Amino acid sequence: MATQQTRVLGKLAVSPSVIVLFLWMIVPLAMTLYFSFLRYNLLDPNVACSLLTPGELLDSANRCIAGFNNYKFFLTDPKFFQAMGNSLILVGWVLGVSVVGGTLLALLLDQAFYGRGVVRIMMIAPFLVMPTVSALVWQNMLMDPVSGFFATVFKGLGLQPIDWFTHYPMTAVVIMVAWQWVPFATLILLTSLQSLDGEQKEAAEMDGTPPLSFFWYIVLPHLIRPMTVVILIETIFLLNVFAEIYVTGTGGRAGNLPFLVYQYGLISNDIGGASAGGIVAVILANIVAFFLMRMIGKNLES
Amino acid sequence: MARRETVQRKLVFTFLAWSVGLIVFFPILWTILTSFKSEGDAINIAGFFSTGWTTEAYSVVQERSNYMQFAWNSVILAFGSTFLALLIAIPSAWAMAFAPGKRTKDLLMWMLSTKMMPPVGALIPIYLIFRDLGLLDTRGGIIIVLMLLNLPIIIWMLYTYFKEIPGEILEASRMDGASLGKELLYVLTPMALPGIASTLLLNIILAWNEAFWTLALTTKDAAPLTQFIASYSSPEGLFWAKLSAASTMAIAPILVLGWFAQKQLVRGLTFGAVK
Repeated sequence: MATQQTRVLGKLAVSPSVIVLFLWMIVPLAMTLYFSFLRYNLLDPNVACSLLTPGELLDSANRCIAGFNNYKFFLTDPKFFQAMGNSLILVGWVLGVSVVGGTLLALLLDQAFYGRGVVRIMMIAPFLVMPTVSALVWQNMLMDPVSGFFATVFKGLGLQPIDWFTHYPMTAVVIMVAWQWVPFATLILLTSLQSLDGEQKEAAEMDGTPPLSFFWYIVLPHLIRPMTVVILIETIFLLNVFAEIYVTGTGGRAGNLPFLVYQYGLISNDIGGASAGGIVAVILANIVAFFLMRMIGKNLES
Repeated sequence: MARRETVQRKLVFTFLAWSVGLIVFFPILWTILTSFKSEGDAINIAGFFSTGWTTEAYSVVQERSNYMQFAWNSVILAFGSTFLALLIAIPSAWAMAFAPGKRTKDLLMWMLSTKMMPPVGALIPIYLIFRDLGLLDTRGGIIIVLMLLNLPIIIWMLYTYFKEIPGEILEASRMDGASLGKELLYVLTPMALPGIASTLLLNIILAWNEAFWTLALTTKDAAPLTQFIASYSSPEGLFWAKLSAASTMAIAPILVLGWFAQKQLVRGLTFGAVK
């Protein structure tokens, strides 16, 4: 059907987005990769480097070539292990809570009750809140150890209020982020539940299928695909959580990989080190993405 | 008998669902309520409902931190980046949906994969390029970044919408001798408009809330509401009424848009895999 003319036109129409995305992907990545092999500090432009170690290799802009030193330094920095651990904790917990909690909430919201529209709107709202707002409200109004809402409730019950950000910074970040992403999982799983064949439900009811086996044999298989999608999308976003940590100032102990790279680069001005960190983050994300893309690819085919 | 059971069941679920819904919504509800209190009343949680209501906090916030400039930046960045992305994405998605080649599927997957690239991998070069070109803290620079960030989602979303337009209609119009331009203008556009509108809506939400690049690349002139709110962290965070008023103004427009766009949200964010 496609004539020669439409094929050419098609290519012309597709090329702008391919070109800009390609540039967006390749140029910064190539530069990051290059910088990661340089001793390059914004506050310390080159001079010190050649004075300290005369005869060292320089690039065309007179910057010292550092070889793998940035990587060595970054990968042996205790902060790196902490950041990796924090990244994994954050992604793992929020994913777990989203999938399990999201499924339960979706099953609940799929029942018949009064005011479905309103409850649905309330449930989705957290996902629409700007991350900086959610971080500030949680930190100051809910989790503040002296005057926060939780502290007031704890005191009312005669318990010792918890100082979340001092003693459990990671838990606090996980709670804040989960509050935003469980609604997302719920929304997607609920949408999928509502597309479940009504006839199947009726038939199961007539046969007197117990609710648990109905869930296990009919509902759960139907939810596998949206669950995969939830896991994929949330992993992408959760690996890159930044604002919550930046705003609450918990980066010292609850900082994840993106925050550490930000710290290296824009705070310590260590461009080489930050670039090495960026490359490490890219490699890790690609490992995750490889498995996830295969999953979604398979799911999209069927 | 069976009927009474269903009513009972419905009441039980009404109670359960509303409880859960209110718990989840509580932080937002409380923020909105607190924004209408005086500073002294706001902090008094126990006597929360027994005190007066005022819009004082709103006027204080607007006077002190020229909220309007931040809000205006948010509007310009969100709409600017979305329109620019649509301009590039519509022809691409149209071509991929109606004249797919052998590689279209691969191309789509590749576009999806660009979304997986962690922003920190590009942060340093983009920061340096922006610094050298004088693009740091400019609206134009941020618009370009936000456009590139959301372009894959926009293309995917439009693609899934365009796919649903029956190709026979296009063929019929072609048989009737419609030129490509006419086909685009009179046949495709009216059928594609709802999909384009949904895509627009979703991307305004995403761009409005984007809080990595906007925090890293803006300081004052081009700073949107994300940065405005971030500047409220301690010690101003202790002034609950003002914090709440600022927060409410930052999230209200998006809450309203989001409620309209519930369905599109699912489709757009799942790359069309869940409808």
